[in-house]
This record gives sequence, C-alpha cells and structure tokens, in this order.
Amino acid sequence: MADDALIVATGIHKRYGRKRVLTGVDLVVPQGEVMALLGANGAGKSTLMRLICGLAKPDRGEVRLGGVSTRKAGHEMRRYIGLVAHSPLLYDNLSAWENLMFFASLYDIQQPEPRVEAVLHAVDLWPRRHDAVRTYSRGMTQRLAIGRAILHDPPVLLLDEPDTGLDPASAETLARLIRSLGASNRAILLTTHNLERALAWADSVSLLVDGKIVERAPTSTLTTDGLRRWLVETGSVG
Amino acid sequence: MIGVERDETKLIARPVSMRLGGGMLAFLRKVWAVCAKDLRAELRGREVFSTMTSFSVLAVLTFGLAFDLRVPRSEMIAPGVLWVVILFGGVLGLNRSFGAEVDRGTLPALLLAPVDRSAIYFGKLLANLAFTLATTLVILGVMFFIFDVNMFHPVNVLGVALGILGYVGVGTIFAALTASSRARETMLPILLLPVMVPVFVAGVGLTAGVVDGKTFDDLRQWLGILAAFDLIFVIVAYLLFDLIWEDA
Repeated sequence: MADDALIVATGIHKRYGRKRVLTGVDLVVPQGEVMALLGANGAGKSTLMRLICGLAKPDRGEVRLGGVSTRKAGHEMRRYIGLVAHSPLLYDNLSAWENLMFFASLYDIQQPEPRVEAVLHAVDLWPRRHDAVRTYSRGMTQRLAIGRAILHDPPVLLLDEPDTGLDPASAETLARLIRSLGASNRAILLTTHNLERALAWADSVSLLVDGKIVERAPTSTLTTDGLRRWLVETGSVG
Repeated sequence: MIGVERDETKLIARPVSMRLGGGMLAFLRKVWAVCAKDLRAELRGREVFSTMTSFSVLAVLTFGLAFDLRVPRSEMIAPGVLWVVILFGGVLGLNRSFGAEVDRGTLPALLLAPVDRSAIYFGKLLANLAFTLATTLVILGVMFFIFDVNMFHPVNVLGVALGILGYVGVGTIFAALTASSRARETMLPILLLPVMVPVFVAGVGLTAGVVDGKTFDDLRQWLGILAAFDLIFVIVAYLLFDLIWEDA
C-alpha cells in the first residue's frame, strides 16, 4: 500500500437487502492521482463512492482517508471530502452565490466571500452568480456542482459521472478543472461511461465488475480500443 | 481560455482557511445557516407556508360550517378546532422539511457537511417553528372572525407556542425518519399524531380554560405539561437524530 495514498478501501463488502453490491473491493488512490472507475450500470460504482464519502457504511471492510478510518473519524473528517454526485446537490431556487455562501457557512470557511468569488470565477459562473440555479443549463449546473465540491478545497474529490449530459464546451471546462485540481496534490476518483474522457482525464483506470475491482492500469498504457476490448472481455459492455 | 486559466490559478493559490471546532458559537452559526437557508428557499418558492395556511384556513371554514347549526356556543368547540387544525396543517409543512431535500437530491450535501448533525436538526426545527407559528397566527385571526372567539390571550399564545415547539420538535425528527419513504405523506401523520396526544390534550385544556376565563393558577398545570413535553422530546430527538443517518 502506497504511503501517500489518500483513499484506501480494503475488503469492502456491501449488500442492500439480498443484493450483494460490493464483494471485496480493494482500491488505492495515491495523492496527486486522478483515477477513473469504470464499470457497467449496477456494477457498484456509486455505492463505492457513497461508502468512501461516508454516506453509507460498509458491511465489512474499511475505508481510510489520509490514513484515518472513516468508521472511527468524527464529523470533522467530512471536511476532507468533496463529492459531485448524480444530482447536483444544489438548491435550485437559490442563486449560485447563495448556494456557495450557505455551504461556506456549513464548512466554517473564514472570509467566505473571496473564496466563493474565486470558485465562481473558476467555474466560469461569476456573471450569473445572482441567478437562481433553476435557470441554469445542465452544463452550468454541473460546473456549479463542482464548485460546491471544491469550495472547501478538499484533498479527496469524488466525481460520480460528472460529465453526464454535458455539451462539448462544458465537458472541456470540466476537463480543465479536473486537470488543474488533480495537479494540486488531491486524490480524485471519478466514474464515467465515456472511455475517451476516462483516458484523457485520469492517470489510471480501475474496472469494477460484479462488485470487485478486476483490473487496474495506468492510462499511459491504454488506448480507447484497448479499453473497450477490456470492458467487453469482462462483460462490462455488451 | 486565458481568463479561466488565470482564475483557476487564483483558486489554487488561495488556500482555504476553515475554523476547526469553535464550540457552541460555531454550532449556533450552523444552526442558523440551515434555518436561514430554509427561510430563504421558502421566500423564493412559497411551498410550505402557503400550503399550510391555505389548508388551515379551509379547515377552519369547514369546521365553522359544520358546527354552525349544531353547537349552541362556539366557545365549546373552538379550542378543539384550533389544535386539530394546528396539528393537521403542521404535518404538511413538516413533510416538506426533509422531503424537499430528498426530492431535490440535496440531502447528501447536508449530510456531508462537517457539522454535528444535531445542528441540521435544530436548524430545521427553527424553520419549522417559524412556518408553524406564522400559520397559527393566521389561524387565530380567521377563527376570531369565523367563531367570534378571541384566542389572542397572552397565556393562550404562550401555551400555543409551547405546544408548537413540542410538535415541531418531534415532527422534525419524524420527518427526517420518513423523508426517504415513498409513503412519507401518510407515514408521517400516522407516526406523529399518536405521540402528540399529550400536547393535544394539554393544549385543548389550556385554550378551553382561557376561553372559559379561568385564572393563571388554574392553567399552570397545562403549561407545565407542555413545557415538560418540549424539554423531554427535544432532548430525545437531539440524542437520536444522528442515528437516523447511519446509512443514509
């Protein structure tokens, strides 16, 4: 296990009712690495994300963030996690400014105004900061969701299909953000169904099949066709 | 885009400074943040207060029509009507308290915040208290015209406020419990109303006593029951709230 690993999941098992979703996941994401987690729908990617960020508890196994077990950590541990989920986790009848100021107060950010301003500039939403989120396009909402996730500058960033429904321009902005964030000593774990983006955005790829990580490789050794073959061989795509 | 790259550099270069710990003051700041967010969202969306008030006013009018021809003196039924309408109207607001977070998918963002989750409970409680008290003021005004009974007596207002505090104290935790259930609209009243029997009995007893012109000494016992209920159930809810989200 790498000493500098920010995310370490060991022997994770999780079932919902009779359905076994995760059956012994081992995963390590070192500091400064962007890892893409690939797998078919229902493979357990989102469940693994929820377990890592502490929204759910594993039946067996352990998640350690920065060397600290999430089972034993108090609520201060949540300060070190940023999550972009399927839904944007934003209040649609509040403006971007109000949303980020609300989360800044929950995260006890000192001098929240300059930080919120910097984040809104970074996600290219400063001109629309006072508009209600419900008036935003899908791409703008997703950029704000990323802004909310990085507002408190978390070392662990979990991006669950952040590119879903994005137009090419918004996807490019997202790619630039991920690259800039990944370069600043974070550990980023992202899921996507887009193989080209997985290869372009991530440093390594892990493949989740039937609740287990079955393959892991650096993206520098992979091509899109190779990755697609990999997925077909493991039954992750038809 | 040069502009964006410059801004990203600025974002990374500016380290985020967060207060750690902070004690009671930090806790209260977070309670207020949750409450203020709900109040602001309500000002924009007008989902909760308008629904509660419309239902409550209609319920008072319906009770007024139902009892107008059969009851010799409206003072006999007004206390019961008041508390029934508060409890039933209040359920509508309580349902939206966490239900709206689930429907909008924002609940995980609240649960991921590095706050003692009781701060979320107290923030929601305060917002629910504000909505229910505001609705009750409207109910009291409408009842004054429909039943010709003035229930703005200070002791009654104090009793109603205590009753509502206990009601939303228990209702907020039950709303959290049922928020993710598909049948939450029916589950919440089924779970909540039986627990509210002491508040209902003491509230009706107090309001009836005020309407009948009893002295403060005669009414003190009802106020005591309401205050004791508030104290016990708000503390119990505070202790239990974190356990609800063990596997959110």
